[in-house]
Amino acid sequence: MVEAQTISEAQVWEWLEDVPDPEIPVISVVDLGVIRDVDVSDEGVIVTITPTYSGCPAMSIISLDVELALAKRGLEKVHFKTRLSPAWTTDWLSEKGRASLEDYGIAPPQPAGGPERCPHCQSKNVEKVSQFGSTACKAQWRCRDCLEPFDYFKCI
Amino acid sequence: MATDNALFEFLLRQGDNSLVLGHRLSEWCGMGPALEEDIALANTALDLIGQTRLWLSYAGEVEGAGRSEDDLAYLRDAYDFRNALLLEVPNEDFGRTILREFFFDAFQLPWLHALIDSADERVAEIAAKSAKEASYHLERSAETVIALGDGTDESNAKMTAALAYLWPFAGELMVDDEVDNAIAEAGVAPLPSTIKPAWNATINATFKEALLTRPDSDFAHAGGRNGFRHTEHLGHMLAQMQVLQRSHPGAAW
Repeated sequence: MVEAQTISEAQVWEWLEDVPDPEIPVISVVDLGVIRDVDVSDEGVIVTITPTYSGCPAMSIISLDVELALAKRGLEKVHFKTRLSPAWTTDWLSEKGRASLEDYGIAPPQPAGGPERCPHCQSKNVEKVSQFGSTACKAQWRCRDCLEPFDYFKCI
Repeated sequence: MATDNALFEFLLRQGDNSLVLGHRLSEWCGMGPALEEDIALANTALDLIGQTRLWLSYAGEVEGAGRSEDDLAYLRDAYDFRNALLLEVPNEDFGRTILREFFFDAFQLPWLHALIDSADERVAEIAAKSAKEASYHLERSAETVIALGDGTDESNAKMTAALAYLWPFAGELMVDDEVDNAIAEAGVAPLPSTIKPAWNATINATFKEALLTRPDSDFAHAGGRNGFRHTEHLGHMLAQMQVLQRSHPGAAW
């Protein structure tokens, strides 16, 4: 077991970079922007998380995955704090995360409220199928050129 | 009704509204008229249940009797629920389900926006989080009311029937009582009646496009928000929602 105070917060952030989002494994929980704070003290490590959607079932899995990832590095005293305010926004997605989403076939969020282009063929000729998708954070869209449906990460 | 624990009553009203509507919407899971609608209803239900957890866990802390969000959701009887009657009546069909959600969303979005300025920091935080989700819900329920109202003769007839049934239940959301007065005085929330102009504007604009006629009467059933007289439907709904915790107390997985 590693004593918490001997490791740096930067080190913990680096380890968290390796924890994938349970629903969209191409981005990490850090890229997703839900990890708001890491505090290392004598009491252990406190990780502050801001939930994406209030009912998102992935949130409890994220805490579990973070706990397991840090336990694997020898950190056993991990505590979680939930921070509601300011509310999570897709502005907190990292640039790396946005690029990974598009590579994976999910159009990243845009302030205009819809995808900029089809993540498969880059056509801008796209239409909304439904405001809701396979997870709380996504909507269903379709490309009118390549005819492929795709997920759009909603902008909130 | 005693107003000495007005904040607890207020929080139950918020949480029970989300919980009861969330449960009603979840009854559609796997039964939606189209895959997209099924997913949308389930997603909306999920948002509402998530919001319920925030409200009821805070309610439990304020009450100070050691009750968790789960205790409040699963171990209270119908007369202890504080949701508006509108939210507990049966789904009946897709049209009525959507119209009910629209009536609620048209209230809830301006309501949550007003709560963001609450003197109670927790209330303000929960409202800010929930308002983002509520704006999505309203966009979709309003669009769908229009699509169904201005759809076929059959869909319009079903929406007209849904409107006749639901309209007398809608007003309760915006009728003030002594709990609301105490909460308003404490700066926690405005009076629900102050939301009426915004609600009216949304209803009227949407009905115009949906080819639906707003009923003249503003008669409103009451008894849900204060728990005095719920409809017979709530008990049946709770029997299903609570059966597992009632039969196997403390079951967890």
